[in-house]
Amino acid sequence: MYHAIVFLPLAGFLIAGLAGRFIGARASEVVTTSGLFVSCLLSWIAFFDVGFGDGATRVAVANWMISGDLVVDWAFRIDTLTAVMLIVVTTVSSLVHLYSIGYMHEDPARPRFFAYLSLFTFAMLMLVTADNLVQMFFGWEGVGLASYLLIGFWYEKPSANAAAIKAFVVNRIGDFGFLLGIFLVFVLFGAVTFDGIFPRVAEFNEATFRFLGYEWHALTLASLLLFMGAMGKSAQFLLHTWLPDAMEGPTPVSALIHAATMVTAGVFMVARMSPVFEYAPTALSVVTVVGGITAFFAATVGLVQNDIKRVIAYSTCSQLGYMFVALGVGAYGAGIFHLFTHAFFKALLFLGAGSVIHAMHHEQDMRHMGGLRKHIPFTAAMMTIGTLALTGFPFTAGYFSKDAIIEAAYASHTPGANFAFLATVIAALFTSFYSWRLYFMTFEGPAKWGAHASTPPLHEGVAHAGTAAEGGHGHDVEPPAAAPHAHHGHDDHAHGHGDHTPHESPLTMLVPLAVLATGALVAGFAFKEVFIGHDYDHFWKGALFTGADNHILHEMHEVPGWVVASPFVMMVLGFLIALWFYVINPRMPAILAGQQPLLYRFLLNKWYFDEIYDFLFVRPAMWLGRFLWKKGDGWLIDGFGPDGVSARVVDVTNRVVRLQTGYVYHYAFAMLVGVAALVTWYLIGGTH
Amino acid sequence: MFGLGLLSGLLILPLVGAAFILMVRGSEEAVRSNARSAALVTTLATFVLSLLAWGRFDTASAAFQLTEDHAWLTEAIRFRLGVDGFSMPFVLLTTFLMPFCILASWTSIEKRVKEYMVAFLVLETTMIGVFVAQDLVLFYLFFEAGLIPMFLIIGIWGGKRRIYASFKFFLYTLLGSVLMLIAIMAMYWDAGTTDIAALLKHPFAPAMQTWLWLAFFASFAVKMPMWPVHTWLPDAHVEAPTAGSVILAGILLKMGGYGFIRFSIPMFPEASADFAPLVFALSVIAIIYTSLVALMQEDIKKLIAYSSVAHMGFVTMGIFTMTTQGIQGAMFQMVSHGLVSGALFLCVGVIYDRMHTREIAAYGGLVQRMPRYAVVFMVFTMANVGLPGTSGFIGEFLSLAGAFKANPWVAVLATSGVIFSAAYALWLYRRVVFGVIEKDNLKTITDLNTREMVVLVPLLVLVIWYGLQPGAILDVFAAPTAELLKSTEAALATAKSVALTLH
Repeated sequence: MYHAIVFLPLAGFLIAGLAGRFIGARASEVVTTSGLFVSCLLSWIAFFDVGFGDGATRVAVANWMISGDLVVDWAFRIDTLTAVMLIVVTTVSSLVHLYSIGYMHEDPARPRFFAYLSLFTFAMLMLVTADNLVQMFFGWEGVGLASYLLIGFWYEKPSANAAAIKAFVVNRIGDFGFLLGIFLVFVLFGAVTFDGIFPRVAEFNEATFRFLGYEWHALTLASLLLFMGAMGKSAQFLLHTWLPDAMEGPTPVSALIHAATMVTAGVFMVARMSPVFEYAPTALSVVTVVGGITAFFAATVGLVQNDIKRVIAYSTCSQLGYMFVALGVGAYGAGIFHLFTHAFFKALLFLGAGSVIHAMHHEQDMRHMGGLRKHIPFTAAMMTIGTLALTGFPFTAGYFSKDAIIEAAYASHTPGANFAFLATVIAALFTSFYSWRLYFMTFEGPAKWGAHASTPPLHEGVAHAGTAAEGGHGHDVEPPAAAPHAHHGHDDHAHGHGDHTPHESPLTMLVPLAVLATGALVAGFAFKEVFIGHDYDHFWKGALFTGADNHILHEMHEVPGWVVASPFVMMVLGFLIALWFYVINPRMPAILAGQQPLLYRFLLNKWYFDEIYDFLFVRPAMWLGRFLWKKGDGWLIDGFGPDGVSARVVDVTNRVVRLQTGYVYHYAFAMLVGVAALVTWYLIGGTH
Repeated sequence: MFGLGLLSGLLILPLVGAAFILMVRGSEEAVRSNARSAALVTTLATFVLSLLAWGRFDTASAAFQLTEDHAWLTEAIRFRLGVDGFSMPFVLLTTFLMPFCILASWTSIEKRVKEYMVAFLVLETTMIGVFVAQDLVLFYLFFEAGLIPMFLIIGIWGGKRRIYASFKFFLYTLLGSVLMLIAIMAMYWDAGTTDIAALLKHPFAPAMQTWLWLAFFASFAVKMPMWPVHTWLPDAHVEAPTAGSVILAGILLKMGGYGFIRFSIPMFPEASADFAPLVFALSVIAIIYTSLVALMQEDIKKLIAYSSVAHMGFVTMGIFTMTTQGIQGAMFQMVSHGLVSGALFLCVGVIYDRMHTREIAAYGGLVQRMPRYAVVFMVFTMANVGLPGTSGFIGEFLSLAGAFKANPWVAVLATSGVIFSAAYALWLYRRVVFGVIEKDNLKTITDLNTREMVVLVPLLVLVIWYGLQPGAILDVFAAPTAELLKSTEAALATAKSVALTLH
């Protein structure tokens, strides 16, 4: 069964990828999508088997490599954590496959698209079923490859290509840490399999490791290095810059890879390695703080973005921060629970946004939307559900998981937890604000598209005039007039957007929305008890490890009432502000932005991270490369090496012996050196 | 057959083919096509013969196998042949790559086809000779003789600056070789034999080891090439014809690494341990320095050449970690790099044959006209980046794991190479393949033809297969690696106890 779950997507990839040109787009769609649905069905069976039965097992597939004591197998580790990830990945993936049939129906390269989607799913499944760190790294890099290919799917667009490379390279910075973490684990434990590591972690509690001149607590160092990998993949603060740019990919890709599954791989990895992290309290504090900063930072940037997908992308970044806060305070169950619910409502929001974009003929700028609820009511309803779930409206999915994280952060006594509590509560306010802002700008208010677009967009237009001159990152500072044409390169029909009335999407796109909306409504309520409640031990069966001193799960249920109420208050507050700004008094945002131009631009330009990195890393690396090439290789090594030597030899021989011609000098010189070396050796050897 | 074994056959067969091609007479066109066919048949036959040798090879044993011993120069200096786990894969790699080189030159070489094919077949003999020689003098002979056909291939069939490049190549490699020759003489005087198997058991005095190590190092470091004696490689690659680049990157660069593992480490273990920090430093510099330089290249071949230097940095680093993972990883990396960089140069050759330029800026948007090419190039680019699932990953991962055991500093610095390699490789791919075709002369470019598919697809399959199942190669290295580590550890332990008693 597990072979089928994992390898059906691979088969789909191979068929659509290799034979797509011969069997046609429709056949490619059918093959990959049906494969995924079978895989999804089997995953749910597996989930109930493992989570509520005793189906945990290890499935050996093949040997990978053996080098001395390093033994790596291809094998599936099936426990509850894997099973949860299996259903998340296959459910979202199969729905996205289905959705893409509608969304991509005009794209000529559909076989390639579906092949990539299935390749991604396969790699992601290899990641979550990994039985050892190296196989996890295989999946880890595999999803990175698929993400790279899908972000750059519309390869005609320079911005898409740049975003694809950026995603891959920034992820590789994280992988740098991941690799070193694997090496350290291997050196410590002599094994890379989880079964070889986890039972022996306690033995190394006192162990130290000398690394880069410091004597480290070995397990802390290993955890921090591994966490660096997680930061890259899950777009945490400092390594987050690739995620917003990744929105250059088709919207179904954003939903699948950059919201529901791949970006949560870091969360999964830390949860998987919980037996190691539990012995590294310092590392856990780092996780908490980084998660808190990300939750807060990304939410602030999300407040002012105008691209519908970018708002959701920053929201994803922020929600991933929440998950890491949960992991950092030891509430692994809560982190995975939020991962699980988030997959539903965030995929829903992205696919809903895709439906909006589809209706608007590839318009993504919310300043050119508005009043769409009357035209695409179903999509609007689905987006409302997604927004409610994201902001944590009572009894929706996000309500249970997000509030659990905030309570856990309050209850925890570890360093950094207080900060994380504060950050997540404030971020909850921001989340509610930008989510409702997105909703109001898109679906409510006067229409600003088509024939209605004659009036220039009002919102925040003040500062745009100022930022447009800065250039460089065109997508952020584009004057509103130029924006509609930025995304049209890839399809022929999208010439302007004024001629059409927005239309509701086809059924293949609406059905996935409905399914995900159901999940966004009930996933929290239905699975609350097993993920973080009374059935915790019975459900997880040790797949998530908690140390002897870790009582966070009990403590988080005993927090004061105001803590429990705080996310709800924040949600209501955020909703009211958004309502005031974008429905009752639509001039407010522009006034506010005009009053605080520095802050507004700081947020709009994402705290200037791209510019800072460009200045600090990209330019120096290129300068250094050129310098080493021209000066190092050209001037120094060649100048004083072969070119210089041969020039000198020619000089000398021209003067001394004018008999020979040609390049025999070189031989002569080489012999000369040889003789000199021989004599030297004799002299030195003779002294013994 | 004539008292000769399989290995002699491997050495003689290409020469027979070369002699046959030299005898071909007739109209110019007929000579060309006969020379091509004869060269292809010869290289294929050699490959089959090497497979036979592989079939008789016992991978579980660390000893030299298929040995031959014929009278040669003197009683002591004899024509000894043999292979062990370290050399067998390289013999196969050589014979495997040769038919691809002939096919890659099928239409791109137009002048002096006959001489070209002869040069390649002679080159094949010398390359196989390097890996099967069991006598130091014989090894040296093959090691040096290989320079001549390569020198000619670059100098005659190369690009515009071929004379400069070929002399630079020659000057560098010869300089190292002279020192090695002196070292070989010294070893003969000390041990009284040039039999490699006997020399492996001969303990050289520590002071002498230092000098011998340095002399061999001078030669192998240039061949690798290691920083800072690498500058011949980009020029040689840029000017060499496609097949020349394939052989250069695929085989000739591996001779340095093979030399380290065959001579430096087992024969001079103490000096190797002493000099390991130096090698680490040069390797790490090579990885970071040349990756940065590769980032800024404007010539496709030069970029790949610089990336080769960086990848060879992983090899030298891995070998001198003197750990199982390090050595096996380094050896695997050499085989993998032989396939991957060979394939990358073939990929460059494909578009060079069409457009006659290697400048990156002259391309862009090839995917629109050449989808098959885009796929093939993507796979090899990813293998070059070291993506898991391709053979490039295994070598990098193992050698880095070994380095982390030996010295975490080295591992940290070297691992940064995974970031840089992604940057330069993907940027190259983007500029050449992605985007929109804007240049008029690219608008009629054609996709891979059948001959090119025949050349590239087998390499592609192997690169992925060895990424998923590296055991086929990795296990061959296991026995000799274990043996090597045992003997060096014993030697180092002895040296330590001697040093202690002296105090």
